[in-house]
Amino acid sequence: MKSLIAFHNILKKDINNYYLKPPNISWGIIFPLSWTLMQLFRSVDSNILELLPGLISTSILFGTTSMLAVTITFERSGRSFERLLLAPISLNTLMLAKITGTILFGIFNAFVPIIFASFFINLSDINWIIVILAVFLIAITSSLTGLLVAVSAQQVFEAQTISNFFRFPMLFLCGLFIPVSSLPEFLKPISYCLPLTYGADILKGAINNNNFLPYKLCLIMLLIFTIGLFTISKYIIEKKQNR
Amino acid sequence: MTMISVKNLIKKYGDFAAVNDVSFDVKKGEIFGFLGPNGAGKTSTINMMIGLLKPNSGRITINEIDVIKQTKKAQEIMGIVADESNLYNEMNGFENLCFCGALYGMKKKEREHKARELLKLFKLTDASTKTFKSYSKGMKRKLTIAAALIHSPKILFLDEPTTGIDVESSRQIRELLLQLKNNGTTIFITTHYIEEAERLCDRIAFIVQGKIVASGTISELMDKITQNHNVHIITNKDVQDYITDFQKCFKESKVSLKKPNKLVIETEKRIPLLPILKFFQEKEIEVYEAKEIHPSLEEVFIKLTGIETSVLQKEKGGF
Ligand SMILES: Nc1ncnc2c1ncn2[C@@H]1O[C@H](COP(=O)(O)OP(=O)(O)OP(=O)(O)O)[C@@H](O)[C@H]1O
Ligand SMILES: [Mg+2]
Repeated sequence: MKSLIAFHNILKKDINNYYLKPPNISWGIIFPLSWTLMQLFRSVDSNILELLPGLISTSILFGTTSMLAVTITFERSGRSFERLLLAPISLNTLMLAKITGTILFGIFNAFVPIIFASFFINLSDINWIIVILAVFLIAITSSLTGLLVAVSAQQVFEAQTISNFFRFPMLFLCGLFIPVSSLPEFLKPISYCLPLTYGADILKGAINNNNFLPYKLCLIMLLIFTIGLFTISKYIIEKKQNR
Repeated sequence: MTMISVKNLIKKYGDFAAVNDVSFDVKKGEIFGFLGPNGAGKTSTINMMIGLLKPNSGRITINEIDVIKQTKKAQEIMGIVADESNLYNEMNGFENLCFCGALYGMKKKEREHKARELLKLFKLTDASTKTFKSYSKGMKRKLTIAAALIHSPKILFLDEPTTGIDVESSRQIRELLLQLKNNGTTIFITTHYIEEAERLCDRIAFIVQGKIVASGTISELMDKITQNHNVHIITNKDVQDYITDFQKCFKESKVSLKKPNKLVIETEKRIPLLPILKFFQEKEIEVYEAKEIHPSLEEVFIKLTGIETSVLQKEKGGF
């Protein structure tokens, strides 16, 4: 019960202090929107449906990773994060509370291109249950990737730099824009090490029916990434206390 | 009853031992002060006691809870004031306090009630709806202390609570700490202000380069350096000519003249004043003042640590 109160209030504080702040809301809408428009103009003749998985994934990836750089690294440099570490709540509860806000933000981000696309095309053939599941899992793994960067970096600036260092390569290696099968041989293994590869593949399956991996495998891989990233982040936070 | 027990605590950063075999006990309801210069290891010690930093070795128990093994359980009864005001800039005073209460699992009604009470106690009610970032340094520190008290902790840890803030806020903070102590809260405080330690603390430990050089109540610390008793006497006229006579009458004492009408009598054991007064009366000399002088805590600190007190005040600004 006590943990629940703490969890709820950490989440509420983050939403009020960060996610609902005008700059972040507008980033959450404008970024996916302009990304969507850019892709549409670039390839007028292409099918919007074909682009949708990429747009959704990109929106989630950028939304979540940029936010955690703020909500954690910023609080760490201002030392208010110490307060959370010193509260009588488990580290698991604390980490869950911190990423739940980001996951929600990621899901919100994902629906910007979807809603936008719905004005132009018929989306009734899409398997929505699978899409929502994929969006949820991509949001979780992206948030956890962001968490890992946020707890490793010392400053907001550093966290953002590291984020960019892996975000862009990740986009091009995850099979969204270039199918994994057409990647040079030496890049393929890297592609299989990225959570986004599996998340994007589920989306492609649900929206365009052209996934190249079975759903089950993707789900298992995403679950493994979730547990793995969570454990590593937790380990880093604990290790920092032993400096 | 022992509330805090620290045994053989060691913290190394690389090869450098910042805290080097520190042991002490704090009794329930007392204010215990850690007094030491910059880099002495005060913050490192406090951070280990609150479970933020892991020691290399040693034991810490708080209310009989092992802090290293049962960190979260121990943290439930701790109030913690870090050496920086670390609340949330975007939130106002009231919201900050309520949030801190929620972290300790307090229900909405309970934490809001306590928050209002604390804002009043700290004279911050008017500022309760202003954002934390708009507060002055002194107000920030007061709210940070209030936040540490929201869940009514049994033990309060404060790392240099009055460093770098205005005189009036410092005074208010000291007054509140004494009030808390009277209500039974155990307080562990670090400071580099001798005066503050003297005014607040029941017991003090001097810490220098990671080691406790001396500890005890103020009078115990003073006893450590005073072997002799000093009585100083002020008269109405020049007593220079009577010194030899005086020395003959009081053989166990050592007399020295500080001014023509001021002398200091040093003795191993305490001596009664009446014979001294009579001696001067016979010579038709009036004695205006006769009192035993004690060393100041500052002198004790200098003698025991070999550190000039000016070093303590450096960098952080005095009272
Ligand atoms: N994370 C760290 N890594 C390396 N050395 C450190 C670290 N933290 C503290 N130290 C060193 O350990 C020593 C003790 O530091 P500590 O902060 O505990 O001192 P302090 O008594 O609180 O000083 P101050 O009055 O300046 O706050 C100092 O020499 C400091 O440089
Ligand atoms: Mg310090």
